[in-house]
Amino acid sequence: MTTAALPDVARDDATLRAFLHGLPGVDKVGAEARAATLATRSIKTTSKRWAIDMAISMIDLTTLEGADTAGKVRNLCAKARRPDPADASTPQVAAVCVYGDMVQTAVAALTGTGIQVAAVATAFPSGRASLAVKLADTKDAVAAGADEIDMVIDRGAFLSGRYLQVYDEIVAVKQACGPAHLKVILETGELATYDNVRRAAWLAMLAGGDFIKTSTGKINPAATAPVLLVMLEAVRDFRSTTGRVIGVKPAGGIRTSKDAIKQLVLVNETVGDEWLTPRLFRIGASTLLNDLLQQRQKLTTGHYSGPDYVTLD
Amino acid sequence: MRKTYKLYIGGAFPRSESGRSYAVTDSRGRFLANAAQGSRKDARDAVVAARKAFGGWSGTTAYNRGQVLYRVAEVLEGRRDQFVAEVAAAEGLAPRAAGATVDAAIDRWVWYAGWTDKLTQVLGNANPVAGPYFNLSVPEPTGVVAVLAPQASSLLGLVSVVAPVLAGGSTCVVVASSARPLPAVTLGEVLATSDVPGGVINILTGAVAEIAPWLASHADVNGIDLCGTDLADAVDLERAAAGNVKRVLRPPASESDWSADPGLTRLTAWLETKTVWHPMGV
Repeated sequence: MTTAALPDVARDDATLRAFLHGLPGVDKVGAEARAATLATRSIKTTSKRWAIDMAISMIDLTTLEGADTAGKVRNLCAKARRPDPADASTPQVAAVCVYGDMVQTAVAALTGTGIQVAAVATAFPSGRASLAVKLADTKDAVAAGADEIDMVIDRGAFLSGRYLQVYDEIVAVKQACGPAHLKVILETGELATYDNVRRAAWLAMLAGGDFIKTSTGKINPAATAPVLLVMLEAVRDFRSTTGRVIGVKPAGGIRTSKDAIKQLVLVNETVGDEWLTPRLFRIGASTLLNDLLQQRQKLTTGHYSGPDYVTLD
Repeated sequence: MRKTYKLYIGGAFPRSESGRSYAVTDSRGRFLANAAQGSRKDARDAVVAARKAFGGWSGTTAYNRGQVLYRVAEVLEGRRDQFVAEVAAAEGLAPRAAGATVDAAIDRWVWYAGWTDKLTQVLGNANPVAGPYFNLSVPEPTGVVAVLAPQASSLLGLVSVVAPVLAGGSTCVVVASSARPLPAVTLGEVLATSDVPGGVINILTGAVAEIAPWLASHADVNGIDLCGTDLADAVDLERAAAGNVKRVLRPPASESDWSADPGLTRLTAWLETKTVWHPMGV
C-alpha cells in the first residue's frame, strides 16, 4: 500500500531503505529530556479523576501466559466489564487481549458489551515462524471472532536491514486480518536505538498497520517514555505527510497510575487531544488496572485503599 | 557538621516526598539537626513497603525471626555511645541516666527477641473438644501495623512499641516522636545494617497530627497503636480506624513508665488467634 504523498517508497528494497534511512535521526538526549520534562507535570483532583477514568477506558486488559485457562480468561472478561464491582461509575476497559486459542472464550464472555477482543498472532512473542504459519495464526484468530490482531514484526529481518521483507509480511498479515484492526508490535526493547524505533514505526504505518505498539511485554525495557515519544512523533509526522491517522499502544512495564497519566500527558503534548480516545490510544496492561482502581477509590472515599479491595488476577 | 536526617522506608533512606524538613532541638531549645518532615504520601509509600515485606517476615520461622531481632540488639549495642548522646540531648538526661535508658532499650529488644519462638507455646492451646478432632489455637501476626511512637521516651519507648510488633511477625510503619525523632532515625540506621529485611519496619518523622489520620483511615493497615497521641486526638483516629475494623491500641492515660516490666499486652495486641480443627486418628 502506498499513499499519494509517498509514491511507491516500497517498490523495492533499495528505495524503502533509502526512505527509512532518510528519516531524520532522533536526538537521543533531546528525546529523553523532553520525555522527562513532561513526566514532571503534576495532575491533581478533578483532572486526575478524569485521567484515571480515561486511562481505564483505554486499557487492553491482557493475559498472555502459558498457564492461561478458559476460566482465567472469563475472569478477566468479567473484570473488563465491571473493573470495580463496588462502583458502577467505573468505565469499562477498551479491549481484552489474549492468545489466539482463547479468542472464542473471550468473545463469548464479551458479546454485547462493546469491549473488543484482541488476539496476539504471528508466532507471538518471538515472531520466529514462516509466513504461512503467521498468516494461518492470524486467520485462525480472526475466524474465531477477534476484532483486533496484535502482530509482531520480524526483528531479525529488520535489524539485518531486510526492510522489504518486514514490509511485505505486514501487508500480508493486514490482508489476512480482513475487517479486524491490525496493531503492529515493534518490540522496541530489541531495536537498540531510537532511530530504529522511528524507522520501524514508519515501516509499520506505510505497510498499513492501524496501530503501532511498543512491545510484547516479554522483553525489558518495554514502553519507556522516550520510546513512546518517538513513536508519537512518527504518528504525528505520518499524518501530516499522508493524512492517515494511526493509533499508538504502549505495552509492558506500565504498572502505576502515575506511569499511565504521564503517558496521557505525552500524548496530549505530542499529537494533541484528538488522540485521547480509546480509538487511537491504548495501554496494554494487566496489573495497571488494579492500581488505577485503588487510586480511584482513594479519590472517591478520601482514604487510601489497598490490594484487598481489588480483584486478584 | 549540620546533619539532615532522612526517613527509613522499604530499607532505603529517602527524603520526604514533600521535600520538607524541620529543625530538631535539644531539651533546652538548642539546634541539634534537621529531620525530614514526612507527608501523607510518605506514609502511603511506607504502608506499601510494609505490605510487601509482610509475606516474607511473617513466613520466616519464629526461631529465625528471633535471631534477626537479637542481631538488631547487638548492632544497637555497638552504637551505644551515639544513642546515649542522642537520648541525653533529646530528653535532657544526664549521661549516666541516658546510658541506663539505652541499656534498658537494648535489654527490651533482647527480651522481645526471645519471645518470637515462645509465643505459640504460651498463647496457643490444644483445645479439648467433644469429637474426634485435634483442635488447635495458634497466634498469627495481624499484618501491617501503624505505630505512633511515644512522644517523651525517644528510644526506650520507641523500642517498647515496635519490637513487639516485629516479634509477632507483623510489619510496622512507625511515626517517631515529633520533637525527639533523632534516636528513631538512628535506630533506622541500625536496622538497615542488621538482618531485618527492608520494609519490615519503616520509620517516619514529622508532625504526628498530620500523618496519623492517613494511617488511621488507610484501608491496607490492619492495626494502629495510638500511643503517641493524647486521648482527645485518639477519638477521631479511632473513628477513622473503624472504617476497615483495624485493631486499635488506645493511648495510655498518662505517660507510661517504660522501664517497668512490659508484660505481654503489646505482643498479644498484634496477634490474631487462628483455630484449626483436624480429624484425629484414621
